[in-house]
Amino acid sequence: MESLTNRRKLIESKPLNFLERAYLPAILSGLRITGKHFFRKDVTIRYPEQKREFSENFRGQHSLKRDEEGRERCTACGLCALSCPAEAITMIAAERQKGEENLYREEKYAAVYEINMLRCIFCGLCEEACPKEAIYLDGDIVPSNFLRKDFIYGKDKLVEAPLNQ
Amino acid sequence: MKVTIDGISVEVEAGTSILNAARVIGGDIVPPAMCYYSKLEGSGGKCRTCLVKVSKGSEKDPRPMPKLVASCRTTVMDGMEVQNITSPEVVEARKGIVEMLLINHPLDCPICDQAGECHLQDLGYEHGLAKTRYEFDRRTFEKTDIGDKIQLHMTRCILCYRCVFVADQITDHRIHGILNRGDHSEISTYIQAAVDNDFSGNVIDVCPVGALTDRTFRFKNRVWFTKPVDAHRDCDHEKCNGKVTLWYKGEDVLRVTARKDVYGEVEEFICNTCRFDKKKTADWVIEGPRKISHQSVISSNHYDTLQPLPVVKTNPLLVEANKEQFDRQTRL
Repeated sequence: MESLTNRRKLIESKPLNFLERAYLPAILSGLRITGKHFFRKDVTIRYPEQKREFSENFRGQHSLKRDEEGRERCTACGLCALSCPAEAITMIAAERQKGEENLYREEKYAAVYEINMLRCIFCGLCEEACPKEAIYLDGDIVPSNFLRKDFIYGKDKLVEAPLNQ
Repeated sequence: MKVTIDGISVEVEAGTSILNAARVIGGDIVPPAMCYYSKLEGSGGKCRTCLVKVSKGSEKDPRPMPKLVASCRTTVMDGMEVQNITSPEVVEARKGIVEMLLINHPLDCPICDQAGECHLQDLGYEHGLAKTRYEFDRRTFEKTDIGDKIQLHMTRCILCYRCVFVADQITDHRIHGILNRGDHSEISTYIQAAVDNDFSGNVIDVCPVGALTDRTFRFKNRVWFTKPVDAHRDCDHEKCNGKVTLWYKGEDVLRVTARKDVYGEVEEFICNTCRFDKKKTADWVIEGPRKISHQSVISSNHYDTLQPLPVVKTNPLLVEANKEQFDRQTRL
């Protein structure tokens, strides 16, 4: 058949010569390559005991920040949940009572704040949407678990540890 | 009377204000209004956001008006020519007005229950600057308790007087009003008495900012997470016809408001029983989901049926090409 493009290559299939037909030389050269790798530096990392250094803009587990006085910054405005493309964030707001001024920065705070880590895609949009600089994805890789319910992280896991402790 | 607004002519009756003539045309050329409320007599003329330029006074006297005029208080003349968004002067003035309104307005939108349906937010987004040039402390007030149904945040008030007009005209007698003058003026009930009146809850709906909010909805949820549904009930009150919007979150009715039109004005005022006490689905006859402008944050993540562009419907070639999509739409 006439070739359309003139780029057709004819494949020559010559019969193998004696050395190629002999089994051992090919096996030996293969073993040599394998043997070289025994003395090379390991490329695998034994995670989680060993950890590779994260890049500066790595986005890991979320943390809810506190301000200089140790009060929670989050006011449950819902912008993180609104911006979340995976709809992973839910929250219930509550009003700050008298005497809780040292706990919460604003009049309103998040009584319940939950992130479903199975839904989260770690895009960082919540961080960008937050008007109070309250949420940052500056944590580690979210650890694996056995149960789905354990992937719903509440305030106990998300809020930063209080100051002076 | 013929009046031309931004090059679009419209026939209106004598005595119509420029703002209402613009609303007859509709669209982008309608000046924003923070204090004017078509259902309240005497409202308007306070916030100055609706300033427009009258480039031709009338057919008889074609001289332009010397200054920008408040369109909610200026009546039209025959042959009047008005410039709103086509005049850079008006746009610039409006920017200044927004800056003035925001001088004392706190930046607590993350806390405010009005966020998402706040007219000042929209106005600031459209016309305002990103930063304030004001260097002094914002005006603050002592917290005033005006009852367990309505929450007053005096710091957020822009003094539009709408709530005062509601109290004057909708309710039988007025217990709240504006105290003091100028910068010190504030909305308050004089003896801090509870605003107990069958229609007092309407001040929540007319408030363009978050100064008067529903205390039964306070911090319950953000408005854009709730789903508005039209509903009605037989209300015993003779002045209330029970047509409302219910704001659902899941199964629960979080809030009941009057139905608001495109300008954020209520269609009909509702009584306090409907607003505060009937928060069960069983109390209401559901009419269907409320249409919310797709530009509003409230409609975000609420997916409507896929709408083809208007041009697709007129071009027979494109209609043929998108036949499948039209079929799906009619099925839905």
